[in-house]
Amino acid sequence: MAFWEQIEWAPFLLSFKLAGLTATILFFVALPFAWFLSQSRSRFKPVLEAVTSLPIVLPPSVLGFYMLLLLSHNSPLGHFFEETFGIKLAFSFTGLVVASCFYSFPFMVQPLQSGFESLNPHMIEASYLAGKNTRTTLWKVALPNIKPSLLTAVIVTFAHTVGEFGVVLMVGGNIPHETRVASVAIYDLVEEMDYAQANIYAGVLLVFSFTVLLGVYLFNHRQKMRVGMM
Amino acid sequence: MLHISVEKDLHGSSGRMTLSVNVDVDTGDFIVIMGESGAGKSTFLRILAGLESAEGRIICNDVVWLGEKKTVPVQQRNVGFVFQDYALFDNMSVKENLLFVNRDEALADELLEMMEIEKIAERNVTTLSGGQKQRVALARALMRRPKLLLMDEPLSALDPRMRRKLSTQIKALHERFGMTTLMISHDVSEAMALATRLWFIEEGNMKEYPLSMLDELYKEA
Repeated sequence: MAFWEQIEWAPFLLSFKLAGLTATILFFVALPFAWFLSQSRSRFKPVLEAVTSLPIVLPPSVLGFYMLLLLSHNSPLGHFFEETFGIKLAFSFTGLVVASCFYSFPFMVQPLQSGFESLNPHMIEASYLAGKNTRTTLWKVALPNIKPSLLTAVIVTFAHTVGEFGVVLMVGGNIPHETRVASVAIYDLVEEMDYAQANIYAGVLLVFSFTVLLGVYLFNHRQKMRVGMM
Repeated sequence: MLHISVEKDLHGSSGRMTLSVNVDVDTGDFIVIMGESGAGKSTFLRILAGLESAEGRIICNDVVWLGEKKTVPVQQRNVGFVFQDYALFDNMSVKENLLFVNRDEALADELLEMMEIEKIAERNVTTLSGGQKQRVALARALMRRPKLLLMDEPLSALDPRMRRKLSTQIKALHERFGMTTLMISHDVSEAMALATRLWFIEEGNMKEYPLSMLDELYKEA
């Protein structure tokens, strides 16, 4: 049997599905929020920024604990999903997507926000002077001029969600084909003393993460060289 | 055409001060605004365009732009505005910069020709020289056929030869499109070539001076 046939790929597929959905949802949620933060002069901006950054510094167990409370059928959100869509959030794939959106939120917001803040404010004003509203300005002027930040935000959010472990374990548990993502599967294999499989899983994630990061840095490096040459 | 009486508290380089402007502008005027840097010239133009808030009244052709109760947003004032740093849309070509404002191909072609930039119409704007960029910015500012053109030191980043060329082109545009123009400048000879009225701003207060004052300034220099 070939090497790749010995591996059960389901946890990886689940990880990528989770990461893809999370990155897509977060793009649309975080984009207006990052724009708002970048343009805001409000006194409450630091408060919003601090809340946004919480998932970076909190232990995943703390975040996972609160997520579990938030998603349980006793909470308004859990209750709403169960009543409206008939979906249980805790220990389900949908719950993982919701939790990942909270967990990876800063990784989408921060690159976009700093990208927007690095733009020449006069360029944005020129669009308003041209009679364009905020939405047109955001899509046609701001976003096309922060491509490296945009790529960083999307790719790092995706990769970070693939690499998530603590929150996923607490919110989703370890249900095969439902919540058993790659990082959880590794933990499980080690518990079972199946080091050979764990080694392969870990290796795949390591190579994946490195490739993704290298791709992002190469792209951004080339963009900078291009701008520098002009 | 334009009645302005506005006040705004500023935190300038010399500490706090109040920008206080009480002026009337007639159709067709070409007003050059001079004064120390940090005296509030840019803020004044930005208030006129609707990019900054202020207390007071601005009335343009019987439309209240700024009053006690309402403010007309920047998008609806239809002023042409030229920044010192060009502020072009870097993701677009020269022509796309113009057409983004208004999809009027005929007007875009006319402006490109008047500014002598029709040969670089397809180039990306990040590849242009400063003088070329500012000509694109000028053409772009006129794409909605504004009746009011505001320019914040449009020529100060350019070399003397390009300044002379552009100030001739500015004059031609002002006349061709029947505009009223307010331009901030530090350059006396530029002001002499263009101004029909001269304003000085000193520590936030705007005052009008006769054009003959420019001759004195020129002799001093």
